[in-house]
Parts: sequence; C-alpha cells; structure tokens
Amino acid sequence: MSQAEAPSLIGSSGDSLREAFGKALSALADEFPKLVVLDADIAGGTGVHHFRKSHPARFLQFGIAEQNMMAAAGGLAATGLLPVVTTFAVFCLRAVEQARLSLAYARRNAKIVASHPGIDVGPDGGSAQALEDLAAFRAIPGMTVISPADPIETALATRAILEFDGPVYMRTGRSPAKRVFGDDHTFQIGKGCIVRDGSDLTIVACGVEVARALEAAETLAKENICARVVNMATIKPIDRELLSRCAQETGAMVTAEDHNIYGGLGGAVAEALAGTTPCPIEFVGVRDTFGASGEPEELAVLFGIGSGAIAQAARRVLTRKGKA
Amino acid sequence: MSPIAQRLERPSDADTIAAGIASAARFTRKHVIASIYHAGSGHPGGALSCADILACLFGAELNIWPEGAGDPQRDRFVLSKGHAAPALYAIAAHHGFCDARAALALRKLGSPFQGHPHIGDLPWVETSTGSLGQGFSVALGMALGLKLQNSTARAYALLGDGELQEGEVWEAAMCAAHHKLDNLCAIIDYNKLQSDDRNDAIMRLEPLAAKWRAFDWAVVEVDGHDIGQILAALRRASATQGRPAIIIAHTVKGKGVPYMENIPHWHGSVKLTRAQAEEALGALGAVRGEIKELLDVAG
Repeated sequence: MSQAEAPSLIGSSGDSLREAFGKALSALADEFPKLVVLDADIAGGTGVHHFRKSHPARFLQFGIAEQNMMAAAGGLAATGLLPVVTTFAVFCLRAVEQARLSLAYARRNAKIVASHPGIDVGPDGGSAQALEDLAAFRAIPGMTVISPADPIETALATRAILEFDGPVYMRTGRSPAKRVFGDDHTFQIGKGCIVRDGSDLTIVACGVEVARALEAAETLAKENICARVVNMATIKPIDRELLSRCAQETGAMVTAEDHNIYGGLGGAVAEALAGTTPCPIEFVGVRDTFGASGEPEELAVLFGIGSGAIAQAARRVLTRKGKA
Repeated sequence: MSPIAQRLERPSDADTIAAGIASAARFTRKHVIASIYHAGSGHPGGALSCADILACLFGAELNIWPEGAGDPQRDRFVLSKGHAAPALYAIAAHHGFCDARAALALRKLGSPFQGHPHIGDLPWVETSTGSLGQGFSVALGMALGLKLQNSTARAYALLGDGELQEGEVWEAAMCAAHHKLDNLCAIIDYNKLQSDDRNDAIMRLEPLAAKWRAFDWAVVEVDGHDIGQILAALRRASATQGRPAIIIAHTVKGKGVPYMENIPHWHGSVKLTRAQAEEALGALGAVRGEIKELLDVAG
C-alpha cells in the first residue's frame, strides 16, 4: 500500500478542538519566537502535526515518555523558551507530579495542552477517557485550567495561554465539535460569558457541554423554562463575580462537564458559591465511574451528560429552587 | 579558562585548585552536620557522600557566579537528589551564593533553606527538586533549550544511585542520547546505599556502567572522593561530542564521619544529638572553638 492509499488519521478529526489548536499554534509561531512544542509520539492525534510541518526545528520529539517530557518542559522554560507540552489528557495524568514540582512549584511559564479529554474520546474506550484531569490539575497551586467550548474559542485560548505568564493546563477535544461562537467571539482567561440569557436558572458548562447546554436550553424554552447558559471556559481561576451574579439573578444552577462529577467544574462552581451566594446546584457529569467504548453521542446519553440529562437536571434544580 | 571562570577568580595551578576544593569539601561536610543538628532532621549520609563532587563542580567546573543567577550564559546545575540540600547550601555558601550562617537555619519555618531546594526561595538553585528523577529531566530540558538557542553553556545534574530506580531517569537517558545532548553531564553519587538498605537488596542497579553505555552515553567511572579523578572526568565529559556524558562516582555514604560510613540508617531523615554532632565535627577536623561556633549559633 502506498503512502497515499494509507488511511488518514488526520482526516477523521474534522472541525475538532485539537485541529483548531494545532492550526492556531502553527499560525502563532512566528509571533511567539520562543515557542517550542513538545510531543510524545501523537502529533497526529493532538493537532500539532500542523506545527511539526510548519516549524520542524521548534517541534521537539520526546517519544512515548510523558514524565520526562513534562519535567523537561520546566528546563526548556528555564532557558527562556516557551514550551507547550502536548499529549492526550489521560497521559497528562501520569505526569501530574512532574507538572506539580517542575512546572508549577518551580514557577515555570510552560503550557500543557491535552487532547482527548472525557468520554468525547469515544471508541478508544474507558482506558483512554480522562475524567479526572480537571480535578488533578485544578488542585495544583498556581495552575490555570482552561477548557474551551468550540474551535473558535480554542484558537483564541491558544493565543491567550501563550500571552499569559504562568503554567496552564488546557483541554482540547478529539471529536468534531459544534460551533458555539461567531467569528467576533473574544476570550479572556478567568472570564466566563453568558451565551444565552435566561432568568429561571443558570447552566454553567465547559468544553463540549456548552453546545449540549444550549440544546438543553432550547428544549427547556418549549416548557417555558428560561435557562441562562454560561460558558465557563476557565475553570481555574473561576469567574466568581459572574457566578455570584448568576446565582443572585436566577437562583439555581446546573453545572455540566465531560468529567467526573467530583473535582471539576461542578466542584469549582460549588466552592465559589458556597461562601458567597449559595443556591441549589445540580451536577451533570460522569458519576464517579469509568467510560466505555462507543460513539461520543451514544456515550453522552449512556453516562448522563447529554442535552437530555442537562434539561432533566434543570427541572430538578427548579423543584429545589421553589422549596428553597 | 573561560571569561566567566576568570570572573570567579579561580586559581590557575592544579595544586592550588585541588587544595581549595579539598578545603571547600571539608567546609561543606561540617556545615552539613551542623545544619542537620540544628534542624533536628535531615539526610546526612547522602549529603556527605557527594561533598567532594559538589566541591569540584563549584570550585573548578561550573561557569556560575553569585551575581549571575539570571545570566543566560551561565551553566545550569541541578541537584536532582534534592535530599542532599544541606550539602548544596553549604558549598553554595562557601562560594558566596548565600550566607553560611543563614543556611544553618535549614528546614526552619521562614527560612529559604527548605528541606529540599526550591527555586522560589533561592533563585540560584535553578529548579526545585526533591522528587527523584525530575531534576534530571529538567537538566535535560535546560541542555536542549541551551542548544536550541546556540548557547555554549552546559547543564549538569547530580543524581543519587537509588534515584536510578525511577523510570523517568531512563526516559531521560534515552531522550538525551537521542537528541545528542553533549552539553549535558550527569554525575551519579554511587554510594551503594538507599533509604532502607543496600541498592542491591532493594533493587539491583548493576551492571550500571553497561546500562548507561547501552543507552549511548559516554561513561567514566571514578573514585568520587578523589578530587583529581573527579576533575579529570569532568574535563573528559566537557570534551565529549555528539552524546551526553555520565560520571559514575563511587562514593561512601556518610563519608568523613566514621560512625555513619556505609550504614543505611544515616540516609536520614535523622535527628543528631549534641554528642553525635560533636563527634562528627571532630572527625571532620573541626577544632573545639569551631565546633562550639557551629553548634551554638542561633538557628
């Protein structure tokens, strides 16, 4: 079989967040001359094959050895370079301690960009579906944690993390993503944004769940439930001001994430509101279990993070709101 | 001799250099004992075993100087075996990177001299260490970064022998050879003991030199307490082209303090009594006044 006849892994990723990230990185390379990209033999999967092609001298191969790659990023940053560590989210988990000591504790300006988070990974199954990464990286002092919602926001967030001084963990995504934003979208680290206004409750979502939250809001509107949808792309530091305002204005919340219900966006929202403006919250996420093989939309239904589950959580929280 | 080395005003004749290094190593060992005594905890065995290596690095090899903490042209030294921090603080104090008396406040609340080195407290330690294996990878990243930016500066990492049981070390070993990082030099403080027991009782390291050769590193084995041998090995490592170099330094854990030598218990973390500290300092050649000064100083 010739090279041309070989099946193309890249073509299957379509309009995914990982492709958006990889293309943005390549486009930004000239503007950020210190940028170097670290890969552990999955450039085709993470989107950085674009960068490898456009800037081969600044593409650094580490082989299938994520612990060394993560810590070495600290050394590269120490020499004034701007390293971006790329791998799958699940493999970032095996280098959490390297990110903790050699990046965050050592105060390095290094970025970690993880593709293939959550059950959005699909057919590769439970072993490949990281449902713990937001919790693990959020718990590291000084680590900024970002999960953009669509390809436009991913491209904007890519620029933002390169401009930002400090360690960042950012999720992209494997599967073709739905467009949420127009070309006029803006992104700022630490700021959430209202993508659909409403007064009965607020659905706070990140990543692929933002598109599903918008679908849920549409469903709820037919029941005369007016749901506000907030895109909370920065999970840490979380936009407390916006959360408090939404809690005061709508009195109930649903959080939605492609992650374990423990320690991710839901946890961050609950922590932020508990001390200031508590209100009833329902958590949509994978309920402390591992994933499985299947198509992402099938898995979203099975594990209760689809738009139907979000709408159901909204109805539940409204019942509680009435009693509160 | 490079311009930066001249800036450190190092002597030029071999005998004077060796005498200065021997003196710095004695200073280092005495301060290791004193600081661990004041701290009430710490790892004396592995700090004493690497004192001569550190004295050679700081005294004759590394292009570093106290005012040069942010200078891009400086060499980078990483103490990957971060638990030997008391020895690093002592040799650094000897060369003016920090205050020797302040460093006696090892492990104390509010002191920048934490139990393991932290760049956030002491900029000249280059990176934070204390989790074995990571410092080696960080030094590799430094070597790669320096090379990418066409710097002639070099990166050095001092590793413990037990540290070699971390898988990350072998990830880094493969990576450094693949990227032909001839500006990277690793030194193994091969004292044969680790926290609980002898290396070969916990997890065998031998054949160690053969392992590194198989990973395509230039390997030199030396007596890690012979200053002449260490300096010669460092020169050979610097001259190595096309691949990284490693110096396997055979050492004695607890070197210089007879009751500690070759006994795993003194890996630490241990509490030294006044009598133990006095005996150790005496064995290291400290005179009565010096012992009193080191042990009676307010921590």
